[in-house]
Amino acid sequence: MAASRTLFDKIWDAHVVDRMGDGTCVLYIDRHLVHEVTSPQAFEGLRLAGRKVRRVDATIAVVDHNIPTEDRRSGINEPESKLQIETLEKNVADFGVPYFPVLDDRQGIVHVIGPEQGISLPGMTIVCGDSHTSTHGAMGALAFGIGTSEVEHVLATQTLLQKPALNMLVRVDGAVGPGVTAKDIILAVIGEIGTAGGNGHVIEYAGEAIRALDMAGRMTVCNMSIEAGARAGLIAPDDVTFAYIKGRPYAPQGDDFAKAVDYWRTLPSDDGAHYDKIVVLDAASIIPQVSWGTSPEAVVPITGVVPDPASEADEAKRAQMQRMLDYMGLTAGQKLAGTKVDVVFIGSCTNSRIEDLRAAAAVAAGKHVADGVRALVVPGSGLIKKQAEVEGLDKIFLDAGFEWREAGCSMCLGMNPDKLTPGQRCASTSNRNFEGRQGPGGRTHLVSPAMAAAAAVTGVLTDVRELA
Amino acid sequence: MDKFNVLTGAAAPLNMANVDTDKIIPARFLKTIKRTGLGKDLFSNLRYNEDGSEKPEFVLNQPKYRKAEILVAGENFGCGSSREHAPWALLDFGIRCVIAPSFADIFHGNCFKNGILPVVLPADACEQLMADAALGTNARLTVDLDRQVVVRPDGQEIHFEVDAFRKHCLLNGLDDIGLTLEHVVAIDTYEKNEPAWMPVIAGV
Repeated sequence: MAASRTLFDKIWDAHVVDRMGDGTCVLYIDRHLVHEVTSPQAFEGLRLAGRKVRRVDATIAVVDHNIPTEDRRSGINEPESKLQIETLEKNVADFGVPYFPVLDDRQGIVHVIGPEQGISLPGMTIVCGDSHTSTHGAMGALAFGIGTSEVEHVLATQTLLQKPALNMLVRVDGAVGPGVTAKDIILAVIGEIGTAGGNGHVIEYAGEAIRALDMAGRMTVCNMSIEAGARAGLIAPDDVTFAYIKGRPYAPQGDDFAKAVDYWRTLPSDDGAHYDKIVVLDAASIIPQVSWGTSPEAVVPITGVVPDPASEADEAKRAQMQRMLDYMGLTAGQKLAGTKVDVVFIGSCTNSRIEDLRAAAAVAAGKHVADGVRALVVPGSGLIKKQAEVEGLDKIFLDAGFEWREAGCSMCLGMNPDKLTPGQRCASTSNRNFEGRQGPGGRTHLVSPAMAAAAAVTGVLTDVRELA
Repeated sequence: MDKFNVLTGAAAPLNMANVDTDKIIPARFLKTIKRTGLGKDLFSNLRYNEDGSEKPEFVLNQPKYRKAEILVAGENFGCGSSREHAPWALLDFGIRCVIAPSFADIFHGNCFKNGILPVVLPADACEQLMADAALGTNARLTVDLDRQVVVRPDGQEIHFEVDAFRKHCLLNGLDDIGLTLEHVVAIDTYEKNEPAWMPVIAGV
């Protein structure tokens, strides 16, 4: 065995059940998170083959994508969403899978509740039929999104057939300046390496600026690894991680916790471990980011301008840039700051944790949402909502004219009643600015929670650092 | 899963990079609990106007490409979400092969699970095939998985690489779960050796 291994190598090696001649591995999966959108066909496949769920005690189900974020006690109105949710409820009952029901406080976005409940732990392999499963990499776990066929495969076998990914190191040296957050770091990384920069790789994030992040910030960074093309992002577990995990409901307790920590301390990459690709960023040079196009790599600092397609030498790329500008209703050379917004969305698996809500509330406190702007705050889980209410954040938001919602994916993806209408411009803390992502014709500007709150109270894209 | 061996058909040119899964099948169509029936919603936002009428300029709305079985596309095809609805929609429309300079990882894997062959070729070869595809139905391409070649309308063959295990599964229409269950003794052993501190999800 090689002397020096990366965090990824160590987790991978610990989960190889069997290795075939061509290098394909049967990889053991420790945790499987299931939601309503990508699982119905998988359960149906199990039924047709007469198979059962191999490890119900390693599986957890929740609804998040479809559900409305307004009061849900009277049920779900939209017939297709209702059917999908009822299908999940029938499947978890039939197969005996643990489930957090819609009206349970533990319900929330699947990538928020995994860490919150202590279900996602360091050194684990974690999968879910959702690309933002990369979020759980913040725990020091190998976590990646899978399709529905693989959901069925994991349900039936608790394994996947996989070949190891390449190792990529993204090191963010130094400290970020005031007003610069985890979201700005990851948007800057994606701007640097591009949406295909991480294809075939697992990204390990390291460096002083990453180590300085709290767990919520680390989750934001790992969450968007997929936006750089990497299936997974990882951050080595440390004392910040262990303190976060201790006492959570499904984490190891008592002596078991101590034993687990002993193991988790062996996981960080060894000195001299090999990376196939290394990217280094200087944290001090990162300015709050905002996306201008319909790809997450299309980002600029809030102090910048919309780039000019004429300056792009490659014809296909030039055409793509022009298409983005046309879709976004922007002009080359236009300053991003001062661009009017119609909607502000604070939420999603990227930015809906209590720390995100605190950051947004700190900006919104004592101010009011600008005329003509609709602003939503959607906590990532029922427990986060409760915590925010204990801290009085709900009151800050409501007094400032924000809507205060129930937990769910909400306006991140246009699958539930929270959607943009054609042409609406949105400052959003979500992860994707693809055409139509937040609703057909909707225009998304990806920003941090503080930047989103700043846009809400000024009515325009704003450099949060300049807001008194 | 249907086997894939040799496919000859019309190829549609979709000359765009970073075609994301929201473009292939927008999230509002993910509410189905079936695998079939998504073909009509494939590329919905590119294919239809707001009133539901077709956009005549979109490639798959043009008469010569309405029955396309091959798609030639730009780099990083299928980026974004893990939704298997993307290959399901392509398959339901009738597309069995996508040729591009590169694919996003999850989409690439999902194709193989559904009898769709994603072919990775260098950018210059893709440009040639894009030009061939632009000729319409008179210019049929042949994709031969066993021999790992794309045959151009003039008979020229372009070799492509494919993972040997995935090729084997696709040629034979094999079910991964069945293959994996041949390793069930190893899985049992692995589980018996899990550390005692490893928690389970119980009592929810």
